[in-house]
Amino acid sequence: MKSTNDIAALLDEPACEHNKKEKSGCAKPKPGAAAGGCAFDGAQIALLPIADVAHIVHGPIACAGSSWDNRGTRSSGANLYRIGMTTDLTEQDIIMGRAEKRLFHAIKQAIETYQPPAVFVYNTCVPALIGDDINAVCQSAQELWGVPVVPIDCAGFYGTKNLGNRIAGDAMVNHVIGTRDTDSIPNSVKRTDIKIHDVNLIGEYNIAGEFWHVLPLLDELGLRVLCTLSGDARFREVQTMHKAEVNMMVCSKAMVNVARKLQQQYGTPWFEGSFYGITDTSQALRDFAKALNDQDLVGRTEALIEREETQIRTALLPWKQRLKGKKVLLFTGGVKSWSVISALQDLGMVVVATGTNKSTEEDKARIRELMGEDTVMVDDGSPRALLKIVHDYKADILIAGGRNMYTALKAKVPFLDINQEREFGYEGYQGMLELVRQLALTIESPVWEAVRAPAPWNIKTTLEPTSQRWEC
Amino acid sequence: MADILKRNKALSVNPLKASQPIGGALATLGFNRSMPMLHGSQGCTAFAKVFFVRHFREPIPLQSTAMDQASSVLGADENVRQGIKAIAEKSKPALITILTTGLAETQGADIHRNVREFREANPEFANIAVVAVNTPDFTGSVETGFAATLTEIIRALVPDAKQAGTYPGKRHRQVNVLVNYMLTPGDLEALRDIVEKFQLRAVFVPDISDSLDGCLTAEDFSPVTIGGTLVSEMATLGDALATIVIGPSLAKAAEVLEEKTGVPTYTIAHLYGLKANDELISALVAISGKTVPEQIERQRAQLQDAMLDTHFMLGQLRIAIAADADLLNAFIALVQEMGSEVVAAVTSCNVPLLAKIPVDTIKIGDLEDMEHIAKTNKVQLVIGNSHAVDTAERLAVPILRAGFPLYDIIGGYQKTWIGYRGSRQTLFDLANLVINYSHEEIPVYHSIYGQKPESELTEFNVSKTQSCH
Repeated sequence: MKSTNDIAALLDEPACEHNKKEKSGCAKPKPGAAAGGCAFDGAQIALLPIADVAHIVHGPIACAGSSWDNRGTRSSGANLYRIGMTTDLTEQDIIMGRAEKRLFHAIKQAIETYQPPAVFVYNTCVPALIGDDINAVCQSAQELWGVPVVPIDCAGFYGTKNLGNRIAGDAMVNHVIGTRDTDSIPNSVKRTDIKIHDVNLIGEYNIAGEFWHVLPLLDELGLRVLCTLSGDARFREVQTMHKAEVNMMVCSKAMVNVARKLQQQYGTPWFEGSFYGITDTSQALRDFAKALNDQDLVGRTEALIEREETQIRTALLPWKQRLKGKKVLLFTGGVKSWSVISALQDLGMVVVATGTNKSTEEDKARIRELMGEDTVMVDDGSPRALLKIVHDYKADILIAGGRNMYTALKAKVPFLDINQEREFGYEGYQGMLELVRQLALTIESPVWEAVRAPAPWNIKTTLEPTSQRWEC
Repeated sequence: MADILKRNKALSVNPLKASQPIGGALATLGFNRSMPMLHGSQGCTAFAKVFFVRHFREPIPLQSTAMDQASSVLGADENVRQGIKAIAEKSKPALITILTTGLAETQGADIHRNVREFREANPEFANIAVVAVNTPDFTGSVETGFAATLTEIIRALVPDAKQAGTYPGKRHRQVNVLVNYMLTPGDLEALRDIVEKFQLRAVFVPDISDSLDGCLTAEDFSPVTIGGTLVSEMATLGDALATIVIGPSLAKAAEVLEEKTGVPTYTIAHLYGLKANDELISALVAISGKTVPEQIERQRAQLQDAMLDTHFMLGQLRIAIAADADLLNAFIALVQEMGSEVVAAVTSCNVPLLAKIPVDTIKIGDLEDMEHIAKTNKVQLVIGNSHAVDTAERLAVPILRAGFPLYDIIGGYQKTWIGYRGSRQTLFDLANLVINYSHEEIPVYHSIYGQKPESELTEFNVSKTQSCH
């Protein structure tokens, strides 16, 4: 189990704006009014997309059983991450102290069956409480079988999902990053005319493969992505993250500790950005060029942006006509709020209110900059509160995480899922096309009228016989 | 509203159409102790029989006038008279229908005269109903053949109110329900339940839920149908409170019934989806004077919930439908209610209903036509009969099997499509077919600089050269 000091150290994240007020960054969950996941959830979500690793959840069944294979993240090759693995502890294991032994054999079994390049072991509440020493188990397993076994000590009661993200990032910095040098660039793709730069993306999860809308552009610009932590990543890629010239924090502060520690330990600069929306995608590409301080790259980046923006703006024209002026209530966590706002504004839509319960002061400032000073910021994410805002502001659609989907549907309000469980990729210039298609699909659907109208027998009194209505 | 694109090629490839005699036989098989007889060569009957046996997985009573070369050239009147007599003697049916084929009609058969001749010569069989219908296969389809046969059966077996002394409402719980060919035995069972919830008694005309529902009976063999609408019950239709007619193809049958009996008619095009079933329930409220039972209200709310859940998969989905007009109309209404786009609508023959269906164009043609239109319009789902399975495979899209015939699945004939419940299940089935295919997945991209393990890169290269998609 982590000590209180360890947890306090993780909570005291100097690079996190939440940390600047008197209270420490991650708010304590409130009993009876808790929403969102635990530290285990956060850690697993952050690392599960590393596709070739065997991810073992050490605990009784509820932790893995309720969460495995529950993500829309995609891999371009390895698929081991889709296989759910857990020690599925029994009462006997817990009472008799056999949990460590079971974990040890579980690691062995995973290595023998699947030959993974590494095993990640996620600690959960019960073994943390009974005092399993997963660090020791992982270390002896690693020594015995010669495969890296990484302990991720993320018992749910340590704190929120956000904390779990950080624990995961910490485990990568402490155990994985810096353990291997980068591959040399193959001759076939070497270029003499441009300089190839090494970069990382932190907090990019490749939901529904959406990063594949962006990756070709980075390739074209000569930016070699050493690793995306963690969408479509491989263990050997994570190992080389210390070699990047610049890190981009994508769309989330969740693993900001990784960026900060890489800067501390290896001097790698980092910047924050998003690939949602035309404006933000272009900005992210510009920020890469700026951070790398390569004038030639700056020029090529501007040319690429010009080409891509022209193309996508033409493709979006017919859709803009359909979506223009539609009102949106946006309720997403943290940075996604401002990044999605610009995407919606690119489409001529009106964001009437946005959720800010997870946003930092800096996020809020950016939101004000985008939407004006008197914009409605929603902190209360309860279904009742959300629906009230939808009605008060006559919103045409609620955009939120999948958890809120059925809140919206039961209230007969159009809905778009923007969180990680979704099946559609919205990143990059091309992702905007999917976004508009999904927006139009639900907003324009005839089902809303069908479910809102009362049954005919509740309005009309009698129906007359209708003989010979058909001419045949 | 729809532009009708007529047939414009010589060769029909992968036909969609089933013939009029098939429809006529199906209508007949919905009557108890009945026997359809196709007036044509033996093959006409044999093919029809196989068609039904594969669809219903039941023994099917079906006879033939067995025209040979001589009777085809010299006249087959004797075949018809002999055929009726043989069936009457051997099987003692309650109803025999004589359904013409292309062969008989081309020859110039007059089956109505043949029936009169039989009546005159054989008064001992006066208690057996014999109905002759012109159902040549060179015109119409299963839909029109079914409707024509039902019309003639009503004309022959329902007495005029004045002569018989029937009047509407004499049987104050009876509702006549004329049902078209697209309602399955499962549909009829569900419909009977709905009608009974309003304290009404449904008399289905015809009733294949009692004859072709796959039920084991005490008799090990019967030459005629077991179950179906009682022929004797046809005399009571004039005493009903009301008649509900399902399917525009039955317009003529409904007209004849109302003319004969004066029983008021409620017409409903189909029972797929929310609006259509609202019409049915409204009609039952009006007929019975009762309020809507709670269970029905609940089923309606369940359908609405399913509409919300499935609109993510079905909204803007590009669908191809190949079916006869009534069924085509029903499916188009169902999927348009969900925001899907019907980008390929193909049907077997022209009927007045087509022009009113709210799609841009309807092609009168075959499954090859559907395949071409579907390909051009990048269809994502096909709705059609078992013949369309190969079409869907070539288009690499899922198929919802519906219509006639369904021979490559078990129990297709029994599926319940109608009512709020059936509609809900249909929406689930449609959504499940496309839940992982309704959107084009973002193609996998391999970075030219990627540091993926070597094993993966070679695997990728191998699969790239071997696979063709």
